[in-house]
Amino acid sequence: MHELAVTQSILDISLRHAQKADAKRITAINLVIGRFSSIVDDSVQFYWDAIAEGTIAQGATLHFQRIPGEMTCRACGHIFQPDDVTFACPACSSLSVRITKGDEFRVDSIDVE
Amino acid sequence: MTTRVPVVEKILSANDRMAARNRETLDRAGLYAINIMASPGAGKTSLILKTLESLNGRLRLGVVEGDLASSIDADRAAAAGLPAVQINTGGDCHLDAAMLADALIALPLAELDLVLVENVGNLICPANFQIGTHLNVLIASIPEGDDKPYKYPGMYRGVQALIVNKIDLLPHVPFDLEYFKRGVEVLNPGVITFLLSCKTGEGVNAWAEWLVRQVKDKKE
Ligand SMILES: Nc1nc2c(ncn2[C@@H]2O[C@H](COP(=O)(O)OP(=O)(O)O)[C@@H](O)[C@H]2O)c(=O)[nH]1
Ligand SMILES: [Mg+2]
Ligand SMILES: [Zn+2]
Repeated sequence: MHELAVTQSILDISLRHAQKADAKRITAINLVIGRFSSIVDDSVQFYWDAIAEGTIAQGATLHFQRIPGEMTCRACGHIFQPDDVTFACPACSSLSVRITKGDEFRVDSIDVE
Repeated sequence: MTTRVPVVEKILSANDRMAARNRETLDRAGLYAINIMASPGAGKTSLILKTLESLNGRLRLGVVEGDLASSIDADRAAAAGLPAVQINTGGDCHLDAAMLADALIALPLAELDLVLVENVGNLICPANFQIGTHLNVLIASIPEGDDKPYKYPGMYRGVQALIVNKIDLLPHVPFDLEYFKRGVEVLNPGVITFLLSCKTGEGVNAWAEWLVRQVKDKKE
């Protein structure tokens, strides 16, 4: 249900930046969504078609770049994507790992005319 | 011709700004506020009532109820001497900063030390929506299983304190506490953790004492 609120935020941000760039039309929105903040699904596009109507972002396509969780092993330096059962390093079994990707949740860019 | 305009802005930046405003409101009133998040049935309402009992008048509490499913109803709160505000989330799966802003207006802030906010029962998204509280707390409970940090990493990342509730059930339910803690340690290194039972009361005092210290430290 929060997808509606998220969609509204994406629209507000996109319109503000489009206006600054003197754009006539927004054709695409490029989103970056990490695994650890993966709180949006594709229903955003559905809401988009409703709330962007009548704005210069009407008809824009939403591109989701999904970033999987990424961890880096402190012991051996191995970089891996954890599964949802264990966070142990698959190379050396160390449990001393840190998260290096996956918190992203941003509007990265917009394509305008 | 199409051109690409860089934006690089957090999707929830408007909510974050509103949350910052809530924080100012709370700070001006000299209040400490915590945001209690958990899946439905983990023990949010129970923890609020147990905390009230354990504090035994040492702090003046206010409650913001965002969980319609199992809330402290107005009568129960009044009986306990608690000013309480119910947020109507309109079916939303989390509280956001604007909702808390409305609720704070309805509370007698000047007469309180601590505000406990019960978020909507949900393990997916509440931690993504800052509401302006000083502390985000996640309650995990034993019957939910020991794999939740691995399945719902986002929630475990977004909190500053973790409560493991229903430890009275440890003898009856398979739950590997070490496995659970290993996942938490990766997601949120060093996060302060309280093991307790709202049923037997075990561990509740340690949590309440810690809370009193947070409130005092903030006032100084
Ligand atoms: N065994 C046990 N049950 C508990 C404990 N804490 C809460 N409960 C029970 O769990 C259920 C849900 O609690 P509640 O506080 O309403 O959860 P909420 O949905 O997170 O607010 C209730 O039936 C409580 O009595 C506990 O420490 N041990
Ligand atoms: Mg409840
Ligand atoms: Zn390794």
